[in-house]
Amino acid sequence: MTDTTANASPNASAAAHDHSHDGDHKPGFFARWFMSTNHKDIGTLYILFAIVAGIIGGAISGLMRLELAEPGVQYLQGWATALGGTAASFDEGLHLWNVLVTAHGLIMVFFMVMPAMIGGFGNWFVPIMIGAPDMAFPRMNNISFWLLPPAFILLLGSAFVPGGAGNGAGVGWTVYPTLSTSGSTGPAVDMAIFALHLAGASSILGAINFITTIFNMRAPGMTLHKMPLFVWSMLVTVFLLLLALPVLAGAITMLLTDRNFGTHFFDPRGGGDPLLYQHLFWFFGHPEVYIMILPGFGMVSQVVATFSRKPVFGYLGMAYAMVAIGVIGFVVWAHHMFSVGLDVNTKMYFTAATMVIAVPTGIKIFSWIATMWGGSISFPTPMLWALGFIFMFTVGGVTGVVLANGGVDTYFHDTYYVVAHFHYVLSLGAVFSLFAGFYYWFAKMSGRMYNELLGQLHFWIFFIGVNVLFFPMHFLGLDGMQRRVNDYADAYANWNEVASWGYVIMAVGMVFFFVNVIWSLLAGRRAPDNPWGEGATTLEWTLSSPPPFHQFETLPVIDAGGRH
Amino acid sequence: MKTLLKIIAAAAALGLAPAAALGQAAPAPAAQPAAERAAPASAAAQTSPAPGTAAPAAQAQGGAQPQDVSAANTSSERPSDAAVAQSTAASDLQPEASVGQPDGRFGLQEQFSPIGREAKWFHDWILMPAITIISIFVLLLLLLVVVRFRRSANPTPSRTTHNTFLEIVWTLVPVLILVVIAVPSIKLLARQYSPPAADVTIKVIGNQWYWEYEYPDHGVQFVSNVLTEEEARAASQPRLLGVNNRMVVPVGATVKLLVTSNDVVHSWGVPAFWTKIDAVPGRVNETWFRAERTGIFYGVCYELCGARHAYMPIAVEVVSRAQYDAWIAGRGGHRRGAGPAAAAPAAGAAPRQEGVGAGQATETSPAPAGVNPGTTTPPVSRQGATNSREGGSH
Repeated sequence: MTDTTANASPNASAAAHDHSHDGDHKPGFFARWFMSTNHKDIGTLYILFAIVAGIIGGAISGLMRLELAEPGVQYLQGWATALGGTAASFDEGLHLWNVLVTAHGLIMVFFMVMPAMIGGFGNWFVPIMIGAPDMAFPRMNNISFWLLPPAFILLLGSAFVPGGAGNGAGVGWTVYPTLSTSGSTGPAVDMAIFALHLAGASSILGAINFITTIFNMRAPGMTLHKMPLFVWSMLVTVFLLLLALPVLAGAITMLLTDRNFGTHFFDPRGGGDPLLYQHLFWFFGHPEVYIMILPGFGMVSQVVATFSRKPVFGYLGMAYAMVAIGVIGFVVWAHHMFSVGLDVNTKMYFTAATMVIAVPTGIKIFSWIATMWGGSISFPTPMLWALGFIFMFTVGGVTGVVLANGGVDTYFHDTYYVVAHFHYVLSLGAVFSLFAGFYYWFAKMSGRMYNELLGQLHFWIFFIGVNVLFFPMHFLGLDGMQRRVNDYADAYANWNEVASWGYVIMAVGMVFFFVNVIWSLLAGRRAPDNPWGEGATTLEWTLSSPPPFHQFETLPVIDAGGRH
Repeated sequence: MKTLLKIIAAAAALGLAPAAALGQAAPAPAAQPAAERAAPASAAAQTSPAPGTAAPAAQAQGGAQPQDVSAANTSSERPSDAAVAQSTAASDLQPEASVGQPDGRFGLQEQFSPIGREAKWFHDWILMPAITIISIFVLLLLLLVVVRFRRSANPTPSRTTHNTFLEIVWTLVPVLILVVIAVPSIKLLARQYSPPAADVTIKVIGNQWYWEYEYPDHGVQFVSNVLTEEEARAASQPRLLGVNNRMVVPVGATVKLLVTSNDVVHSWGVPAFWTKIDAVPGRVNETWFRAERTGIFYGVCYELCGARHAYMPIAVEVVSRAQYDAWIAGRGGHRRGAGPAAAAPAAGAAPRQEGVGAGQATETSPAPAGVNPGTTTPPVSRQGATNSREGGSH
């Protein structure tokens, strides 16, 4: 299917030049990891960064589940004291709760899921899958990554400076004014805004890089309609990033000037409107949720096809379903604002538009099942995660259809039902796809096989844990429990306790993940070029494991037969 | 019944746990000893976990933190509300389990308004069955595929990658399902936005962290604060839901709510009435409900509004018309505009600027004396009401 005959392009001389110098020559440690222009090394950095951020964000959710395990306020004041160094008042403890909520959301969105999916797997495998030697702008790729650590440090550092009732930014990941303006004095919210600016700039640069790479650097014969679905998913994702993030940047910049320079964009005292911010935020925020799931769709498509030993069913439908999801994703934002006092016609429109998204999503679900239908399926760890993804994402998706109804959302808005919904699509959707991708490509990235037993244990324990953790949240929401509270009416005690135990189970599952990664890196079996057999048809499996430092110095030629 | 007992047990046991944070409602000097009393009790509760709850948190270390003695100091922003501080109850109603408050169930709270019943029916009989069937259908397909096409059962994969008919089916069938959902959904929306003429108009103002209620037709105005844990127990009110001054409405009346905020965005929501609307500074949002039976119905603030977001509950007391009138009189209100018939002649519709869009974060000093007599049609846009008015039949 693929062929590595040299093409007669001007590259030929460059390739010859490289060969004389040993194409696998790696620079020294500092130059390699801190001044990298290599998409694979930068991808590795992104993945390491995402793992670190995931540990912190996950630990924060553990603190929250501990506090919520039973009614009353048990720990917050003590934690605020420990964090601030001085005895914290009760209100400072309560404020810490909001800081934890905010940090968990921002970290998981901007510093875990996005870096892992787009920066990590995208960097690693988009160039390889389209037969390119590297990304189009390798140095821009490097700064995309290196904007993230300072952003993350700014966000974490904001927890130690005043932000209103206590230290830190306690405004939620949505940073709604006027809580985030007049309601949060002190530099904490400014630092959080700067963190978002930097992370946003990083993503915009990355998006430009991916678009250029995918449009200009495909190997001969790799037409758009032959690209693997993961590349398609990344293409749609980065377009969403490019269009949505500048809106966020504008909104939070206005927030910044409202806070510091006396403007009144969002302040009714000067003729502004807090809802303008909400519209701007969600114009970014809704595409953002697709940014977090579309690469997952791509990864699941690769994994399902590989382990079913069948090409993806309905390739074009799959690709254009993602395009459709991306397009519709820009015109449904106000369903996050059903309770702000919208006009009835507005609500009707956003209800209808939101439900339409279920159609392309359904196409994807059924196409994955059809891909498996008639296949010869094996069930190693990545396939388990992919199967878990398909079902759990369905469950999260159908509760989305419930929430899409503006009239019904009157009840559900800002209840735990919403929390359950978006954790089913993110924590059981996006994260499952991340693990699917991680186990699928671990051998390719590291050159070592992961341990199958540990991987399976990780999957099953994690699967049980997150379901015990998040499913009861549906019941809490149905019973009216509000989001983002540190304490709740006693009737909610039972399900909250169950959810907290679910967190413990999930955390045990994660232990197996870390043990597996460390054990495999140190003592794992050496991986062959293609450990998955005939089903793995994309270009990365034609390379060694790990791939050479520079691959495709002579471009592969994709034959006209097509891959679907 | 069993759930009820469980709740009572949980409330009694967990009531010992510390959460005496709610000093806001009580006068500062009184709250001080209360908080001190709570401290030893909370320590006791930490060492012996509540029966029936495994209480993972209680076993961990940090639980023995001395609780919130400082809470008593934090009531500075409490408005001086002496005139109405003594709770003037409109009735002798007591909270009822599973009515107007959560009870740990698997489904929606019971609904006590026409909109709520319609919406609950839509959710329980259309949405829930639909999403359950879809989820189970996908699960069964997955299991079938996994069993039937596992490698040992099917060693040679097919190469089929297209089936136009199937692809059309799984595009069109979801579309049809969505249309079936959309019809009642849009109808429900239209009804929500087609309120009957208002019998009672109440202005609701969100503040960090309490609600303020004004009855412009009666000149009644008061502040509603969360009860401390001690007070809630003394008044047999549910913890974190009980308030010192409840919003009182007559049963069967159409209650129009004009909701705004003095500082940050709050959200006024009572699940049992299927009512929720954000309180946005600088805006007056309108919504409505009609309570179909008497009782006490609880809600909370649903929008993150700062440190004490969890401590600004809502309690609506639905009483008979006579009790309502007596309560108004007891509050020093006048009867003007009290009945539905009087809604129209409220002449002048004097525009009221104050409090709307002012956004004074901490300055909330209700002055019940000369408040805005008889305004039944405040200058707010009736959002979308014009073209959906005919959709309603209440």
